[in-house]
Amino acid sequence: MKQFRTKAALASLLAAGAMLSLPAHAGATLDKIKKNGQVVCGVNTGLAGFSQADASGNWTGLDVDVCKAIAAAVLGDANKVKWVPLNAQQRFTALQSGEVDILSRNTTFSLTRDASLGLHVTGVTYYDGQGFMVTTKSKIKDAKQLKGQTVCVQSGTTTEKNLTDFSKANGLGIKPVVFEKVEAATGAYFSGRCVAYTTDASGLASVRNKEAKNPDEHLILPQLISKEPLGPMVRRGDDEWFAIAKWVIHGLLEAEEYGVTQANVDQQKSSQDPVVQRLLGTTEDTGKLLGLDKEWMGRALKAVGNYGEIFERNVGPKSALKLPRGANNLWNKGGLMYAYPVR
Amino acid sequence: MAVAPRTPPKKRDWSWRSQAFRGLLYQIIAVLLIGGAAWFLAHNTAENMRIRGIQGGFDFLKSPAGFDIGESLFHFDSNDPYWKAFAVGVSNTLRVAIIGIILTTILGTLIGVGRFSRNGLVRGLCQAYVELFRNVPVLLQLLMWYLLFTELLPEIADARHIGPFFLSKGGLSFPVPEWSSSHYFTMLGGLIGLGAAWWWRGRTQKRFEETGQLGSMFLIPAAIIIAAALAGWVAGGMPTTWIVPKKGEFAVEGGGSLTPEFMAVLMGLVLYTAAFVAEVVRSGIQSVARGQSEAAQALGLSRGQEMQKILLPQALRVIIPPMTNQYLNLTKNSSLAVAIGYPDVVSISNTALNQTGRAVECIAIIMLVYLTTSLSTSFFMNWYNAKSAIRER
Repeated sequence: MKQFRTKAALASLLAAGAMLSLPAHAGATLDKIKKNGQVVCGVNTGLAGFSQADASGNWTGLDVDVCKAIAAAVLGDANKVKWVPLNAQQRFTALQSGEVDILSRNTTFSLTRDASLGLHVTGVTYYDGQGFMVTTKSKIKDAKQLKGQTVCVQSGTTTEKNLTDFSKANGLGIKPVVFEKVEAATGAYFSGRCVAYTTDASGLASVRNKEAKNPDEHLILPQLISKEPLGPMVRRGDDEWFAIAKWVIHGLLEAEEYGVTQANVDQQKSSQDPVVQRLLGTTEDTGKLLGLDKEWMGRALKAVGNYGEIFERNVGPKSALKLPRGANNLWNKGGLMYAYPVR
Repeated sequence: MAVAPRTPPKKRDWSWRSQAFRGLLYQIIAVLLIGGAAWFLAHNTAENMRIRGIQGGFDFLKSPAGFDIGESLFHFDSNDPYWKAFAVGVSNTLRVAIIGIILTTILGTLIGVGRFSRNGLVRGLCQAYVELFRNVPVLLQLLMWYLLFTELLPEIADARHIGPFFLSKGGLSFPVPEWSSSHYFTMLGGLIGLGAAWWWRGRTQKRFEETGQLGSMFLIPAAIIIAAALAGWVAGGMPTTWIVPKKGEFAVEGGGSLTPEFMAVLMGLVLYTAAFVAEVVRSGIQSVARGQSEAAQALGLSRGQEMQKILLPQALRVIIPPMTNQYLNLTKNSSLAVAIGYPDVVSISNTALNQTGRAVECIAIIMLVYLTTSLSTSFFMNWYNAKSAIRER
């Protein structure tokens, strides 16, 4: 009996070890996706405008649409995505271990993350900055008035460090109250435990519109204290897959720049503009170089529309979040969005 | 090892049927398998991290943390290294655990003893308490207390005060004596008093065993300690300056303060664990033979004396081992504090994990911290258990 128990314990140990041993498939992500018929996409557990599931399990949002575009380009069907909701702490491990193929979860790019986590940044899908939300009752108009105040923040984000840097640079002595879950952090702010809540400005808009009882009672301070370029990440070691994700994003931007929309993508196939012809694969086969077919970008655009449409639908002035296009406008319209040439 | 029944036993019989040989073989196999499994896990993790270009190692502990911590027992600056941030986390965990264990023991014992009260109302209330608090998950209780504190207390800007005590969503602020070197005299006096009280209790105990005369085991020793501390304070020049909290423009400033996070964690853990401790105490008292109680009554001891002198000392032997479990549970449950924003070691480690990406290392540190505190608690309680066990002659 005793020996049996020892053996059982050992067997379970070995089983645990086998589960920990990560699948080694460098360069094989695309093959795996084609074989399984689905892209596994890591998204936020719930951030209005970026990734959010409705009552029937349909995901919507800017980050979600990027994954849909990739699925449409690779598999020909924007719905062939398995959504894996991840919190801030799980996200990198999930990508590193191969649980997800791509992490499209309002994640900031930074040197440490790029250089030490074994991940690759594919492209920026949203230029953000960290801000503060306060109650109008507090009469705070400027972030520098937060001297000695408590600020609610979610753990496991760059937000915590930015807050500290800002507090230190201005000698404010801000006291952070750090919560594991975003719901707990916003809950504590709405109950009045903290004078301010801090996260990326887009996140603040999302929280104010979706969670505040009366959005007018809350003010998002105009001052941004950090630069937060957000976008999807992939694992290192599979350059083929990295290139696909990167070029789908650039394709979405290029389409907006050249006026290809979800509605007119079929008419545009007869366009005489060589850029559009290349993008939609009517002349050159750009998809072949990526290991895809020539219709790749056409399908992505048909599924979710170009970047401008994705923005308008999910977070733009007409959506619930009412975020201005600002830095996320195209480069030739005063923004930072600049597509590399798809050729 | 079982000895072969045949006599005289052969020196050693190295066949497959030899029990000694098989025993040795099984042990070697077991050690090899465990060692192999450990090596496999460690090697596999390291290898996969290397392949994926994930950097590892504990060198990050020396680099600056770069984040602030809301509450800390000692000064912490964001330029301080990670190991110091972890130290703050550990100190916050221990603060909750130690204060929690003391309060739980007091509350749990009172409720456990209350279940033997002759007053039906007290008995019923104690039972209701136990059933209510031990049957609701502790995380839910923590969240409930935190919600109550943050929803019901007044806004930070208009904190209520009773005398020098301020209460608001920012927490409880209270006056603290301003530290001066003369307070060392008070502490010295207190220490001398503690020694004197110890001596007094020993003397009383001895006198009781020799003559059967009862003496004060608590009130007079307590008075001795207080008197000695007061004498030390007088000798130190009677410093009377206190730092009293004041209402500032936006918040209450100065003095000592307890955050709502700390109060919610402490309250949740104490009330929850006390229900279990009460049951432990009750079972311990019930384990004492009925004759002991009857004998005490026959001797004319009062109900209080019976409990204090006869029942509790004997019950202690049954109480201590399960009590250790409850202490360990309380300490480990304090990790739930992360849900309500209390910066315990898990919370700090989560932040560190995300800043550095060193998941394996940070989790290992958490495990080490809880293992160390739990083993220390067990060690102490085992020592205490051995001390209060029946001495067999």
